[in-house]
Amino acid sequence: MASITGSVEIEVRRPRRGVIVGVLLVAWVAAWFVLKGINTLALGGQETTGLHRWLTDQRDFLGGGNAFLDAIRVVVDQFVILLQAVIAQPSYGRPVPLIGWLGVVAVSAYLAWAFGNWKVAVLTAAGLTFLGLQGLWQESMDTLSLTIAAVLLALLAGIPLGIWAGLSNRAFKVATLILDLMQTLPTFVYLAPLTLFFAIGPAAATIATLIYAAPPVVRLTAHAIRSVPRESVEAARSLGSSGGQTLMKVLLPMSRSTVVVGINQTIMAALSMVTVAALIDAPGLGQTVLKALQTLDVGVAFNAGLAIVVLAIVLDRVTTAAGDRPWRTASLRRKVLLGAGAVVALVAVWFSRTYVWAADFPTGANIGSKIAVATTDATNWVQDVFGGFTFGVRDAVTKGVLNPLEALLTESPWWLVAVVIVALAALLGSWRGAVPAAVCLGLLVATGVWHDSMVTLASTLLATVVVVAVGIVLGVWTGRNHRADSWLRPILDAGQTMPPFVYLVPFLALFGTSRFTAIAAAVVFAVPVTTKIVADGIRAVPVATVEAANSVGSSTWQVISKVQLPVARRAIALAVNQGLIYVLSMVVVGGLVGAGALGYDVAAGFAQSELYGKGLAAGLAIVLLGVMLDRITQAAARRTRKFKGTARGDNLW
Amino acid sequence: MTAQLEYPDLQDSEALLSIQGLWKVFGPKAARVPRRPELAALSRAQLLDQTGCTAAVRDLSFDVAPGEVFVVMGLSGSGKSTLVRCLTRLIEPTAGSIYFEGEDLRAADEKRLRTLRRSKFSMVFQHFGLLPHRKVIDNVSYGLEVRGESKPDRRRRAQEVIDLVGLRGNENLYPEQLSGGMQQRVGLARALACDPDVLLFDEPFSALDPLIRREMQTEVVRLHREVGKTMVFITHDLSEALKLGDRILLMRDGEAVQLGTGDELVGAPADDYVRDFVRDVPRADVLTLRWIVRQPRDGEELAGLELGPDVLVREATRQVLEAGGAVKVVADGQLLGVVGDEEILAVVADRETAPAPARRLS
Repeated sequence: MASITGSVEIEVRRPRRGVIVGVLLVAWVAAWFVLKGINTLALGGQETTGLHRWLTDQRDFLGGGNAFLDAIRVVVDQFVILLQAVIAQPSYGRPVPLIGWLGVVAVSAYLAWAFGNWKVAVLTAAGLTFLGLQGLWQESMDTLSLTIAAVLLALLAGIPLGIWAGLSNRAFKVATLILDLMQTLPTFVYLAPLTLFFAIGPAAATIATLIYAAPPVVRLTAHAIRSVPRESVEAARSLGSSGGQTLMKVLLPMSRSTVVVGINQTIMAALSMVTVAALIDAPGLGQTVLKALQTLDVGVAFNAGLAIVVLAIVLDRVTTAAGDRPWRTASLRRKVLLGAGAVVALVAVWFSRTYVWAADFPTGANIGSKIAVATTDATNWVQDVFGGFTFGVRDAVTKGVLNPLEALLTESPWWLVAVVIVALAALLGSWRGAVPAAVCLGLLVATGVWHDSMVTLASTLLATVVVVAVGIVLGVWTGRNHRADSWLRPILDAGQTMPPFVYLVPFLALFGTSRFTAIAAAVVFAVPVTTKIVADGIRAVPVATVEAANSVGSSTWQVISKVQLPVARRAIALAVNQGLIYVLSMVVVGGLVGAGALGYDVAAGFAQSELYGKGLAAGLAIVLLGVMLDRITQAAARRTRKFKGTARGDNLW
Repeated sequence: MTAQLEYPDLQDSEALLSIQGLWKVFGPKAARVPRRPELAALSRAQLLDQTGCTAAVRDLSFDVAPGEVFVVMGLSGSGKSTLVRCLTRLIEPTAGSIYFEGEDLRAADEKRLRTLRRSKFSMVFQHFGLLPHRKVIDNVSYGLEVRGESKPDRRRRAQEVIDLVGLRGNENLYPEQLSGGMQQRVGLARALACDPDVLLFDEPFSALDPLIRREMQTEVVRLHREVGKTMVFITHDLSEALKLGDRILLMRDGEAVQLGTGDELVGAPADDYVRDFVRDVPRADVLTLRWIVRQPRDGEELAGLELGPDVLVREATRQVLEAGGAVKVVADGQLLGVVGDEEILAVVADRETAPAPARRLS
């Protein structure tokens, strides 16, 4: 009954809603012509508001010494310094770290072999050696130290939390709520408030990273504990196991492989965040990329970006292999070999402490500068040959679409934009969309960076439209075609493990510094997740439904447009939502390559102490934009009725 | 561990396990349901409608004698699996009492309950509930491990029960390397390893192929004969219930419909539900002569043959048909009545004669 009335309602409503939206937009443009330029709340690059200055003062005040926060900072700092002393930085009066490159490569490869298999051990050895050959050994080890520190702390907190959420329903509900919220916040925005408490440097970077990286392991540990078969737990209890025995002997061992997947995701998230944390002065590869981006040295940026990718691949493969290891205990032969391997690794460590060639990566073999030069040459060549074309595309899109959209958003009076957005939110998502939108817009005005927010919003909207279009096409294709899925999925998976910084480099080469560059990078960053969600939605359409459509003689296009897309529309709504969030976080990172606006404000806030408060306000504005877009799309998604069989999309939240 | 081969004498022996007025209600404020008569009287659907609660077990009372195989039977959703979990409080009952060897289990604290589970009760599960990360021998010795026995001791004991259930040679395999039937043997061995007084079976064979299932049923009969444990056996399979059970409790919607021996259920169903349930049972395999005796007619010619009342109709068929007259049914030298071709054939041809309970002689 409900579904019948529901579909009638939609039939009647749809066209009418479309007409209202159209009228609203036309009215907006008309009003823009009249009211252009008044009440735009524009704020110049070095200008600040009272709020910004007050926030700047707060940093000085907090930085003046809060014993508790200082204690945390010192402990985390010492932990990072300890790890750096072991593998990265000269320490204990020696010109080299405790363990030189040979020892690190040997121990890493040995661990990869012991927890994974010999293939990933070879990959680890090759990958790490390649980092050294790139001339980035110390930077890589700094990044690795920070990542290890953040991951260890994240696991220390995250696994117990995950176990708790796995055992207690109430804890699970609370945890899910918080983790969902955290997931909708862009990476970037953790950084600004944290610097308020922990100043800039490794400690703040590590803490930001662990906050960003902990959710996956909490979520997956809870999930793993909750999916242990009920009978196994009952069997253990029926034999008189105590709570602790059930946990240690049954729940945790049976959760192992899923928890390892969580650890894998945590490591990948940490690596990505550690590179972004270069913005708050975290040492390592991110720093190299950032400096190169700022001086527009594509070659060096590419070399360091490549090192991040190599590190990401090694960490990803090793943890994946560790998760895939079967239950079996090691055979005697393997035990003997493992023992021998340990001896070899220890000998390598001894070498690396004794001989300079094994401690300091030989500079003679540096191929990093060659890579940088080759990349620069290639970039120049591309710009010479295709420059006309790529810059033409860039200028056409910028002039034809981006500038008008931005003008509409930035030159309209703020209250007009606010009214239009709230009205759109109400139309798409009823009061559930309108109320959060109104609140967020009000707060955006209060942050004093309204104008910059509108610039960022324009880029975000444009990029999202492209992402959704590309994502739906690719998603439908891979959802319907197994072969397409089998070769596209690894690429998409790889795409998601890359730190966002890396995306900027090739686009910088193609398009120079501009808003368009950030948009293009954002599209590439967000397309994988969108495609995957759409493909999963398409695949979740019951086979019988598709067969029924085929049996009445539908064409392929009819099956897609009349059956698969409508049935999968909740998944598509989710894809739009996630696409928006990904785009927003990338557009902000794009502030570094000329996208300006909020991203630039935040970066400038880190760099110039008198702009600190403004940067913080801009960070807050990013959160507000993210929350607003998230709420509106989620409310719109909730309006579309849920079909049986499309529930799979829900799991992805 | 004296093997109790004899049919246990239910009247005289002290009950090992005694259940009185047991309730399990799931849902909000479940405790009020058994307490308030007007709620307790509602049907399952009405209860769900009015309170949002589901009564999985409703006011059950029964005794289990030492050495008995007590079968609880019912369709899915009848509450039998909940019932068996309530017995050791894996699921906490809502109301009622459970006495084991005179001790009130509902008053036991967590520690005492653990001790009881470690030494007195064991359970075998439908989907085996094995631990995939442990070898067969470590699965079997799990119960011994949690109660703190030394490694050599538990190895020795685990090996004993592995031999007992016919798993010798598979000790170092992992569960996933075994077939379903073999896995359930591991489950059985794990339950036996602690040398419990009571074995609880929760539909242990319903996930197995029919051939394997029959083999495992025979195995349980053999084990019962060899180790003489008291068993509470949950099943939805009537033939399994009749094959294994000394007594059978038939449940429907959480309530007891009938409690009795297999031939009582078939010969004297308490209501239409039970009658429907036992309709397809080959009656000659279940009913004994006791159920079909009649008084000799005047001047009827009797054969010289005498049979006992507990002889199955199937076994007596040939003898009665070849005797050339009605056969006397005698217990302890006393004539209970006679059985002729007519009575035998009625049962063998499976015509439902619906013997009235009053006809039952005992």
